[in-house]
Amino acid sequence: MAKKPHPYIPNSVPEIRAEMLRIVGAESTDQLYAEMIPDNLLLKRNMNLPESLPAEQDLKKHVSDILDKDRSCWDTLSFLGGGCWNHFIPQVCDEIARRGEFLTAYAGGYYSDLGRFQANWEFQSLICELVGMEVSGIPTYDWGSGAGNAVRMASRLTRRKEVLVPASMSPARLSVVTNFCNPTELPGAIKVIKIDYDKRTGALDLKDLRNKISSSTACVYFENPGYLGVIEDQGEEIADIAHKAGAEVVVGVDPISLGILAPPSDYGADIVCGEVQPLGVHMMAGGGLAGFIASRDEERYVAEYPMRIISITDTVESGERGFGQAAYERTSYMAREKAKDWVGTTTALHGIIAAVYMSLLGPQGMRDVGEAILQKSHYAFTKLSEIDNVDVKFPCFFTEFPLCIDSTSKKVNQVNRILLTKSILGGKDISREFPELGQSALTCVTEVHSKGDIDKFAEELEAILR
Amino acid sequence: MTDVNVRPYHAPVWSEPLIHELGAKGERGVILPRVEPEIQDVVGETDSLIPKGMKRNTPLNLPEISQPQVLRHWLRLSQMTLGMEMEIDLGVGTCTMKYSPKVNEELAAMVAGIHPDQPEETIQGLLEVAWRFGDIYLREISGMDAFTFQPPGGSAGAFNNAIIMRKYYEEQNELVQRNEVITTIFSHPCDAACPATAGFKVITLYPDDETGYPSIEALKAAVSKHTAGIFVTNPEDTGIFNPHIDEWTRIVHEVGGLCAYDQANLNALMGITRARDAGFDMSFFNLHKTFGSPHGSSGPGSGAVGVTKDLAKYLPIPVIVKRGDKYHLDYDRPHSIGRVRDFLGNLQVVVRAYAWAAAMGADGLREAAEISMLNNQYLSERMKEVPGVTKPYGGRRLDQVRWSLDKLKEETGCGINEVNKRVVDFGVQSFFTSHHPWVVPEPFTPEPCETYSKADIDYWIAVLKKVCQEAYEDPEILKKAPHNSSIHSVDSTPFDDPKRWAMSWRAYRRKIK
Repeated sequence: MAKKPHPYIPNSVPEIRAEMLRIVGAESTDQLYAEMIPDNLLLKRNMNLPESLPAEQDLKKHVSDILDKDRSCWDTLSFLGGGCWNHFIPQVCDEIARRGEFLTAYAGGYYSDLGRFQANWEFQSLICELVGMEVSGIPTYDWGSGAGNAVRMASRLTRRKEVLVPASMSPARLSVVTNFCNPTELPGAIKVIKIDYDKRTGALDLKDLRNKISSSTACVYFENPGYLGVIEDQGEEIADIAHKAGAEVVVGVDPISLGILAPPSDYGADIVCGEVQPLGVHMMAGGGLAGFIASRDEERYVAEYPMRIISITDTVESGERGFGQAAYERTSYMAREKAKDWVGTTTALHGIIAAVYMSLLGPQGMRDVGEAILQKSHYAFTKLSEIDNVDVKFPCFFTEFPLCIDSTSKKVNQVNRILLTKSILGGKDISREFPELGQSALTCVTEVHSKGDIDKFAEELEAILR
Repeated sequence: MTDVNVRPYHAPVWSEPLIHELGAKGERGVILPRVEPEIQDVVGETDSLIPKGMKRNTPLNLPEISQPQVLRHWLRLSQMTLGMEMEIDLGVGTCTMKYSPKVNEELAAMVAGIHPDQPEETIQGLLEVAWRFGDIYLREISGMDAFTFQPPGGSAGAFNNAIIMRKYYEEQNELVQRNEVITTIFSHPCDAACPATAGFKVITLYPDDETGYPSIEALKAAVSKHTAGIFVTNPEDTGIFNPHIDEWTRIVHEVGGLCAYDQANLNALMGITRARDAGFDMSFFNLHKTFGSPHGSSGPGSGAVGVTKDLAKYLPIPVIVKRGDKYHLDYDRPHSIGRVRDFLGNLQVVVRAYAWAAAMGADGLREAAEISMLNNQYLSERMKEVPGVTKPYGGRRLDQVRWSLDKLKEETGCGINEVNKRVVDFGVQSFFTSHHPWVVPEPFTPEPCETYSKADIDYWIAVLKKVCQEAYEDPEILKKAPHNSSIHSVDSTPFDDPKRWAMSWRAYRRKIK
């Protein structure tokens, strides 16, 4: 085969390939494959694929020509949130995210990868400070997976098979949790029961909670802030109701709020979960997500974690510190089907980026970012509420709120289409997810928006609705 | 064969403090975007916007550090991490530690600012890349008909397939009866743990002593009217290809079961043999292994899933479809399992995988497969020079071999744990052993994929040979290792002691410091 050696494959040089074949005593790779794979399973033709692009320049042009068509928060004014948020990313986060050592490490040991282990441990340390807990692990895939793992932990701890969740939670996240809970007739199935929310405030309906909680309830799960942006201020009461029924309290959080909002440990959370993406990770079309779990440092909780957890330790050298895997026996790497759920390749790099973010911001930065989000989003709430026929819902919120245009004859998707012609991405259309909220757009404002951005949005919206 | 000189090495020793031990009160790493005074004029004080009882009252104990010192800390930690790019990482088998082309990082970064809920017409490029990767490349490589990229890791792909299996039998009204999944001990643990999490009872088949894979008789004895399906890798994590795999899928189909293929070990099979042709109904692919996306210190990855036409209706929503020359996110799928992860999955990983596959083309993919297989034959040949190493089960292996250091352990007292502590002294990453249980005693599983040159393999072998010779000559060197690492031998006893473990600065301060 007279072709150029591929730059990613050193041994594609024909002479080297031939020498290796000679050393292993084979005529050809076909002969070697024939020794291992039966003839009837071998593909007897070349694959039919587009011509290869081994030259970097050609490849770059091909892929970037396709991706150049896309728009993003860089060239539009975006008010999308709802589980993946447009936040300020410090340059140092990007710098560390691109470091080849972290980017390409994987499963090395705790000597050769000391830095990675310490970074994982420091993520645990920093997120624990935000949520007021003492144990966390290497993050999982997303908030939904974290919540799924957390409610399953609660079910195993209590040996109960029902979990209560707010009806106001993200339907997509609920679907992830439901798939974790195995809501079928198979043994071990956990029933997911929705608790109503107050249509005026968006907060959990405690009357409905009292009706539905029972001695079968493994946990009450609620969020702060919730999918619809609502700050749930009845945490203590909810926790009280749950604990009196012998249930665990699981709270899902957006940690970027925790510089100014009370940590869930203050109002009775037993297990905290949430989304890491706001802490310095790019949205990446949703690929920036990472979920976490945290709890008190009690053996019975630690025993139920599915993910890898890093502990600090000493070395034989006085004053020197090392790190390693804590309580590893519980993981599926050790116990296979008898493990606590499963562990795999998740989102460790996003955890490291988040740790960089938290160490850059410090207590003052976390307070500042929380305040900026609260003030700017409330400014938008006020500004937009002044538009005729616009009804903004749930005034007790953080970063996002439903903006309802039921009083007009227009639909959210029509309005968003026109906004897009002005390079504005309006809030997420939630009319199908929450029909009871009518034609509503979940409108998200963060610290990246300026007063001018918000005013422009209000102006354009007013013009469309006029 | 020429002898290779093992060069001296020492890992960086920064003795880096913990992040909480750095900085001083009042230092700032970054300043947040300003809030215009007019905004404050309108909304008033922040406190008035927070409901009573929800304001943070407990001080937030994060470190206070200026930007240069924060950067320095994380750079030092990165330097004390032996990433794949830094060394000959072929010892970390089953993981396919292949080169992640730098240009692909630039291309992936192009999607960083996209929100997943943007209207379809604003992300046609991203959807096109994902569609092309699935419907052109993965389709041709696997023979499967429909694809999803929502599972964000390999194990999540296995979970996704377990949920599809569950949904399938639920719709057939057979779930109560079909509650058993069969796997093999040399398949990845996720092939047991994910079906178990989905609610299935798991039956594990053990290998025949001679061949290294379970016999057809063992499978026949395990299948019944209770069989929901099988979850297997092939080649298994031993590198052994089960040549009767099409017979296996036939046997499972005959009792009404489904066949799920864990293609984590696809690398040496691209263009050689296909999942569909062996009779599988669904399959997942680790884009962070086979398709060159970096492993990210353990994620984000992607467990892309391909299924047959019959199972396509169960894929998680949304599915990326092409109609005319436009790409769409199809949510209108009443039989879908719903979601296994929020939004669309890790599409930045799919961009990298697409770029990798596009750079290779049909010939390049096959070349990567052939060379990874040939590299493994070459490494196996050279392994004969290393004392104390044996190869349980006979026969040729595809992409890797699960070797044993049992002989070394018996003869010197040093097994894989001691060898692993010592190889790092030469700048070689400690080896992947095996998941548990260790059916092969004192295991290690190198996978010399197409990234590694003949000279790389020679060097790696030279390091292993030197370490094993040391074990015979002076085992204390191994037992007291590492000697040239960032730290010395750790005390691992706190890891399983609730009184002494500490998973955070808070716990460390309370319990230890």
